[in-house]
Amino acid sequence: MSDNLIEIKGVRHAYQTASGPLPVLDGLELAVPEGGFVAVVGPSGCGKSTLTRLVAGLMKPDHGEVWLHGEIVKSPRSTVGMAFQNPVLLEWRTILKNVMLPLEIVPTKMSKRDQEERARKLLSLVGLEGFEDKRPSELSGGMRQRASLCRSLVHKPEVLILDEPFGALDAFTREDLWQTMHQLKKEEPFTGVLITHDLRESIFLADEVIVLSGRPARTQYVLDVTLKGPRDINHLYTPEAAEMLNTLRHQIEIAQGRAPAGSPVPA
Amino acid sequence: MAYVPSTLTAPDSPSAGARVGRALVSRAVIAPIAAVVVFLILWELLVQAMDWPNYIMASPSDLPAAYIRFWDLFLVMGWQTLWRTVVGLVLAVIVGVLIGMVMGFSRTMRDALYPLLVGFNAIPKATVVPIVALLFVGQHDFNTILIAFMISFFPIAVSVSIGLSTLEPEYRDILRSLGASQSTIFWKIALPKTLPEFFGALKVAVTLAFIGTNLMEIVSPHGRGLGALFDSGKTNSDYPLMFAVLIALAFLGIVLYYIVVILEKTFAGWAERAPT
Repeated sequence: MSDNLIEIKGVRHAYQTASGPLPVLDGLELAVPEGGFVAVVGPSGCGKSTLTRLVAGLMKPDHGEVWLHGEIVKSPRSTVGMAFQNPVLLEWRTILKNVMLPLEIVPTKMSKRDQEERARKLLSLVGLEGFEDKRPSELSGGMRQRASLCRSLVHKPEVLILDEPFGALDAFTREDLWQTMHQLKKEEPFTGVLITHDLRESIFLADEVIVLSGRPARTQYVLDVTLKGPRDINHLYTPEAAEMLNTLRHQIEIAQGRAPAGSPVPA
Repeated sequence: MAYVPSTLTAPDSPSAGARVGRALVSRAVIAPIAAVVVFLILWELLVQAMDWPNYIMASPSDLPAAYIRFWDLFLVMGWQTLWRTVVGLVLAVIVGVLIGMVMGFSRTMRDALYPLLVGFNAIPKATVVPIVALLFVGQHDFNTILIAFMISFFPIAVSVSIGLSTLEPEYRDILRSLGASQSTIFWKIALPKTLPEFFGALKVAVTLAFIGTNLMEIVSPHGRGLGALFDSGKTNSDYPLMFAVLIALAFLGIVLYYIVVILEKTFAGWAERAPT
């Protein structure tokens, strides 16, 4: 046993397609300690979303094991919260009722009033106070994504899985939401996995960045992010951030097959 | 202190919304009535200008006399047409939703049933009427309802199946990752998300069901419904009566259509975007 909350050991997986099996994961290793936040980056189509579905228990790997809190994941668990690039809010519900959706499914000891209070607290935490009774269609893309984050946290999940949640937002809204994430983490501690294509986002939010190789994906490189705790956008313009970004960019080039493995990081 | 981005502003005041609401209502009521009046005037003018006799085309000014003379028949037969259409429609909704669910959730059933359904729908229902009339001789109400049902369930089945099969996988994943059962996913997400498509199809089905009812009433002579009244106008060369029946049918169709619109606003009003 280890003290990691999430642990993925030697996972291999292939999808069955009309033209034969398509291997997507081959030798995936990942460990996140309790309270840790890990970002996963890699070339497009390398199996990052498959990784989220594995951790959420929505599918089982062909080989290897996915451990969550000392138990092997075999089926969906209510201790997981998810948010996607598409906020997938239910258009016929108000924002408040959308945020409360998980509490209707996950068994909870909270009274109705406490549930509503918790949802309202989360909404005000992400700056959506006053929008509780609006419908999703009345909100901007960034506001919808904020509401989606609240929904993923409302049932106090042990693990938060974020699959490119900021990918469809404009650059300024995205930076706003990065800061919201740090705010949320301070007030509502969680253990998280973030899938992203944005290297700046990965070092701004995570404690550790994992670079996956091209398909079939294995863990190619692990970067320990030297920025700690809540961060400021200005931290992204320091020499140490530039160095980390440079290293990650080089690793992505290796993963894409555009630079030889083991070649030196360009200055 | 919570981080609150400066771009977020407070929701707008309710009084502005109420004003917009009133403007919308008056537009929704006055515009269609004006359109009907204009249509009737143009119709009258056309008949006058072409100097058509009644047996070619009756004019709106001929109709009140027909309505006054046959008032009781219009009420009785209009009711017969209306209730049989509604029962046929209700059946079409039940069966159409069930077929749509089967096809929406199972790829195999979709592949299997689509050609059958399309083929069935392509058969002109006028040719089915005599078959049904012979099959269930004397069951006038049943036959009429059956044709109304057969002609109107197809768009409902297709729309429900498309609504269910195009549900984005993330919607499913959000609930499945929390351990929700298939039936919870259906009631909480799949069903409400399909409602706008369903009501769109129901609007088409309403008018189709009237066509079905009247096909049976006109072709099979059992003396019930507005179709039979139309037929008797034809036999007696009472052309204003025939046109009066057509207008009465149009009126019933509009009434039923607006009932569907009210249901749609109640259950799927969220799908309507505020005008910009």
